[in-house]
Amino acid sequence: MFLLEISYLIGSISFIVGLKMLSSPDKARMGNIYAAIGMGIAILATIVFHEKDGQSIGNIPWIIGGMAIGTVIGWLMAMKVKMTAMPQMVSFFNGMGGACAAIISLVEFNSSHGAGSHDMGFLLIVFLGLAIGSVSFSGSIIAYGKLDGWINDIRGSWMKIVNLAFMAVVLGMIAAEVFAPGILGPNAIWMLLVVSLLYGVTFVMPIGGADMPVVISLLNSFTGMAAAFGGFLYGNAVMLTGGILVGSAGTILTVLMCKAMNRSLLNVIIGSFGGGGAAVGGGADGEQVAKEISVTDAAILCAYANKVCIVPGYGLAVAQAQHVCHEFEKSLEGRGIDVTFAIHPVAGRMPGHMNVLLAEADVPYPKLVEMDDANPQLPNTDVIIIVGANDVVNPAAEDDPSSPIYGMPVIKAWEAKNVIVMKRSMNPGYAGIQNQLFFHTRTKMLFGDAKESLQNLVSELKNL
Amino acid sequence: MDSLATLFTENLDMIYIVILSVFLGIEVISNVPAILHTPLMSGANAIHGVVIIGAIIVMGHAAPDDYLALSLGFLAVILGTLNVVGGFVVTNRMLEMFKKKK
Repeated sequence: MFLLEISYLIGSISFIVGLKMLSSPDKARMGNIYAAIGMGIAILATIVFHEKDGQSIGNIPWIIGGMAIGTVIGWLMAMKVKMTAMPQMVSFFNGMGGACAAIISLVEFNSSHGAGSHDMGFLLIVFLGLAIGSVSFSGSIIAYGKLDGWINDIRGSWMKIVNLAFMAVVLGMIAAEVFAPGILGPNAIWMLLVVSLLYGVTFVMPIGGADMPVVISLLNSFTGMAAAFGGFLYGNAVMLTGGILVGSAGTILTVLMCKAMNRSLLNVIIGSFGGGGAAVGGGADGEQVAKEISVTDAAILCAYANKVCIVPGYGLAVAQAQHVCHEFEKSLEGRGIDVTFAIHPVAGRMPGHMNVLLAEADVPYPKLVEMDDANPQLPNTDVIIIVGANDVVNPAAEDDPSSPIYGMPVIKAWEAKNVIVMKRSMNPGYAGIQNQLFFHTRTKMLFGDAKESLQNLVSELKNL
Repeated sequence: MDSLATLFTENLDMIYIVILSVFLGIEVISNVPAILHTPLMSGANAIHGVVIIGAIIVMGHAAPDDYLALSLGFLAVILGTLNVVGGFVVTNRMLEMFKKKK
């Protein structure tokens, strides 16, 4: 017992230290490894030393077997996933943790069912663990599907009502069962499972891509809480500290992200993007025509600039264009042009998504400039190139109070002397709203796949 | 209500841990540069995989004839391990890319 508790203490400390180190660039990798080692110690100690009512852990072959299967699958998935698909991978693993927490609650409730009366605390913990774990599981899987492109948004104001109804039913069922155990019949726990799973689906379904990072982060903290309920259930300190740490850290991270988009958390959860925005876009683009630019002209424009700024967005990730983008940057620099990347805090599908991608392509660190530092530089930038970004450079956020993204801080691309927008089509961005930047007098559109366009630009630059 | 009060007094240690951990989590996260948001989220994702310990306990103390508990427990062990291993490996891969830079 003593060794078990010591191992849990080591585990808890490693999580705290690891998480702290993860927030500084130099130490982040070691932090991750520390946390992993602490996790390993805690798991090993549980298998070897854990006792319940004098009985040590049984079914060890099955446990080892399950862990072996999970390790092989998890390892392969994590090693094979492309850097561009990282956000959905995180979402998927998060869902697995949620499912694990939900199953624990399910089994604990069923196996202790014959043991007589349950006290309120036990019921509250088990039901909350089940509900939160299930919501996290189904929500994460939907988020995974949406980011991977095989699930589309379902939007509409009626979704709000469905959502609120599900939330009310889940909370109502938990309250009923806690205060009057058995009132909902013998299958109450299964009913709660189903309703919670459905709620997870309807919760994430209407949320637009621009808000996806927020949702993943929120679901991440949900799973943390579900794990903490497991810790409560077993009086297990390491589960409790690990779960709560992630729960609170995840919540703060979520709030930070909301702040970056100038939206409240409640707004993200209850209201959905799009809706009214689609109508705004439909009215605005009536007679406006965007000007197109040829690759050669774009290359010449860049070649004679002094200062070029590149704004990457999700399109860069989709097109896998990060390496070509770096090549493009190098060939401009070869001509003595000052090139920077302006990174919007929510560009891509996760905060820091673009940084990860560009780091993969060996773009030097100091080249990546955050939005607040990039904006003042824009008026003396000769060419700003938007690679697959849309909502984060939309002027409507500044000057159109009726726009759903009004008030969100954006990269003020229109202040640069020339704007080149690389885009596959004139379709609106993920928030579903039209972008006035495309019709701006200084804007030229370069249609096509971002990777191809950049490749063409690089070869044009060579020929100049 | 009485049982809620006993729940509170009996688990006072745990409640302290919860409250202190909440503040610790907030403290640890603040001042994170935006570039590390994704790895941090991913790392935190791996840490809540600690729920695997619950799965091991469920599985380890399931009665031999309780097939529901055994099969669900087995599934939970697999899913929990996926969360832990996948989470740490993905995070490591992300951070590896940052490391190459000076």
